[in-house]
Amino acid sequence: MLTALFSILVFPGVVFLVAFGFIAEFYDRKLYARMQNRVGPPWFQPWADFIKLAGKESIIPEEANPGVFKFMPVLAFASVASAFLYIPLWREQALLSFNGDIIVVVYFLTIPTLAFFLGGWYSRSIYSTLGAMRSLTQLFAYEIPLLASILAAALLANTWSLGEITVFYSRHPWLWVINLPGFAIAIITLLGKLQKVPFDIPEAETEIVAGTLTEYGGKLLGLFRLMMDVEMVVCAALLSAVFLPFGLSLAAPLGFVLFLFKIFAIISVLSLLRTVFARMRLDQMINFCWKLLAPCALVQVLIDLIVKGVIAR
Amino acid sequence: MHDIRIPVGPQHPALKEPESFRLALSGEKIMEASVRLGYNHRGIEKACEERTYIQDLYLIERICGICSHAHSTCFLQAVEELAGLEIPRRAAYIRSVIAELERVHSHLLWLGVAGHEVGFDTLLMYSWKDREIVLDLLAQMTGNRVNYGINTIGGVRRDISAALAREVIKGVDALEKRTRYYIEVAKEEPTLINRLSGVGVLSRQDVLSLGAVGPTARASGVGRDVRKDDPYAAYGELDFEVITDKHNDVYGRTLVRLKELLESYKIIRQALDNMPEGQLAVKAPRNIPAGEALSRYEAPRGEDVHYVKSNGTDKPDRVKVRAPTLANIQTVALMLEDRYLADMPIVVAAIDPCFSCTDRMISLKQKRQRRRVMRWEELRVYGIEWYRSRGVDFSRLNNSLKL
Repeated sequence: MLTALFSILVFPGVVFLVAFGFIAEFYDRKLYARMQNRVGPPWFQPWADFIKLAGKESIIPEEANPGVFKFMPVLAFASVASAFLYIPLWREQALLSFNGDIIVVVYFLTIPTLAFFLGGWYSRSIYSTLGAMRSLTQLFAYEIPLLASILAAALLANTWSLGEITVFYSRHPWLWVINLPGFAIAIITLLGKLQKVPFDIPEAETEIVAGTLTEYGGKLLGLFRLMMDVEMVVCAALLSAVFLPFGLSLAAPLGFVLFLFKIFAIISVLSLLRTVFARMRLDQMINFCWKLLAPCALVQVLIDLIVKGVIAR
Repeated sequence: MHDIRIPVGPQHPALKEPESFRLALSGEKIMEASVRLGYNHRGIEKACEERTYIQDLYLIERICGICSHAHSTCFLQAVEELAGLEIPRRAAYIRSVIAELERVHSHLLWLGVAGHEVGFDTLLMYSWKDREIVLDLLAQMTGNRVNYGINTIGGVRRDISAALAREVIKGVDALEKRTRYYIEVAKEEPTLINRLSGVGVLSRQDVLSLGAVGPTARASGVGRDVRKDDPYAAYGELDFEVITDKHNDVYGRTLVRLKELLESYKIIRQALDNMPEGQLAVKAPRNIPAGEALSRYEAPRGEDVHYVKSNGTDKPDRVKVRAPTLANIQTVALMLEDRYLADMPIVVAAIDPCFSCTDRMISLKQKRQRRRVMRWEELRVYGIEWYRSRGVDFSRLNNSLKL
């Protein structure tokens, strides 16, 4: 019982996740800054930001619905942290696992977007409302290619459980190479999920100030930002579990280092992409996702089905 | 019927200065746009009437932080015309060099702002880092990064030594390499091209009927450039081309500005190589003879117009400034219609607006209305009462501050 509580709350649960999230945010910001010829923040900047926000008053707009307004950051953080428990990290098995947990993880990772929508909608500010609409519209654009590319990998492994996917790919080394196009699609759509350039449309600061977050401040904003850091780590962990399932049978310290390496590699690619692109317009993004990414993801599904047939024979 | 009315400004992250744009949106589409000026009026024209010409020079230079040399030179040209002064050729060349360096720093600044407005912050960081080169050069030549204070009535105040000229050429060479890189980026980066082309379309006809100036006009194929049309300073003796473009959109304006940078480098090199010897300034009289003069100048943003009326004393009777943004701001409402909300920041930024330079105030007087003159003290009381009637009480704050 105590060990279970320890693993949920401390390692590799919430405390580890929060610390990892801050480190990942620092890494992302520093890398982004260095690629832009800037100095970038010191290592403790994300912690300092969080502590500063936590010490500030949370102002709730008069017209906002206070219940929803306060609940949304908590809900988003809780769902992202829960998703982490179902993802295999540096071993073949996740902390919790059952057949069908892929759907649960993807569902948990969709809740932050819904929280952005509801939080923005119930702020009643014009910029928040627009940001809320945009985050929901964007959800419909990136969710299908992301889900399809993850499902393609699952189809090949013939399972609905993330743990069993990693087991399958450990048994069949180098089979994960087939899913690399799907990995590329997933990384691109992840930029949409994490609302980063070129898909930071819901919080485009030069258009709608900060989108959903316009009215948020103090502890609630701090929690939202923490959630976004953690979401980045969790999504990277999900992608590394599904698309980079190698070296999982290594001994504990080496396996852990390999896991960190994979996560930081994925975050580096995300940083690189947000350095080299300009923000897209909403219509351009939807066209791009539906006309290019979704068909590519379907092709990936087709490839996996064919390979599966070959292996079965 | 429009779904949403959204205020962009007077305070908004897309705008660097207070200005109000009201947009009526239907979904993401802008159905109607209106522009309102008047949040940043500083009364500089009026203040000029109470100061001597030499004081006005420094006040005028502070109209704009970016094109300060443009305004001061434009004002001086009018004053020198009134006083009948012919500035030394060396002074004219130095004015041109500073003017082109100013254009370089202004266009690089614009490039960064444009990048930021379309969410391409890397471009902002890159171009502003390169802008440091030209700002450092300006600081070396004049002592200041902005508001150079190099002009004086009848010439310039500082010389450019041969060693300094070599430094400038070296800096210009470095900048030229970077500019060619930016042109390459602008021609190849797909997300940037997607965001810029087809946005903020302004046909040649619109430019002519709305009287747009500067790169805004030149990107629609109208080759308006005061440096060629009505040469001032040393431009008559220098060889350069007026860059025009046929894209008619924000992408065209980007290309025009980038290519103008190359022309500016050309002008700077020529002017430094062929700089005539001679004195820096001629002696100017304290009192300027009565008369009126209009002067034109091609600022980085377009044609700048100054009108000065003198009355024989050491203070002008009237000074009138028409900054280039005033000529261009009319085009914004037209360019915004039927576009997406996401295009709004870049369309506004594409005219390279300078709102506080262009700001003006109009008061409409009814026929039998009495004119009220308020003293400072009365104005304060009026302000406190105005806020109190709207439920905000500043009187307590007032007691503690003891103004």
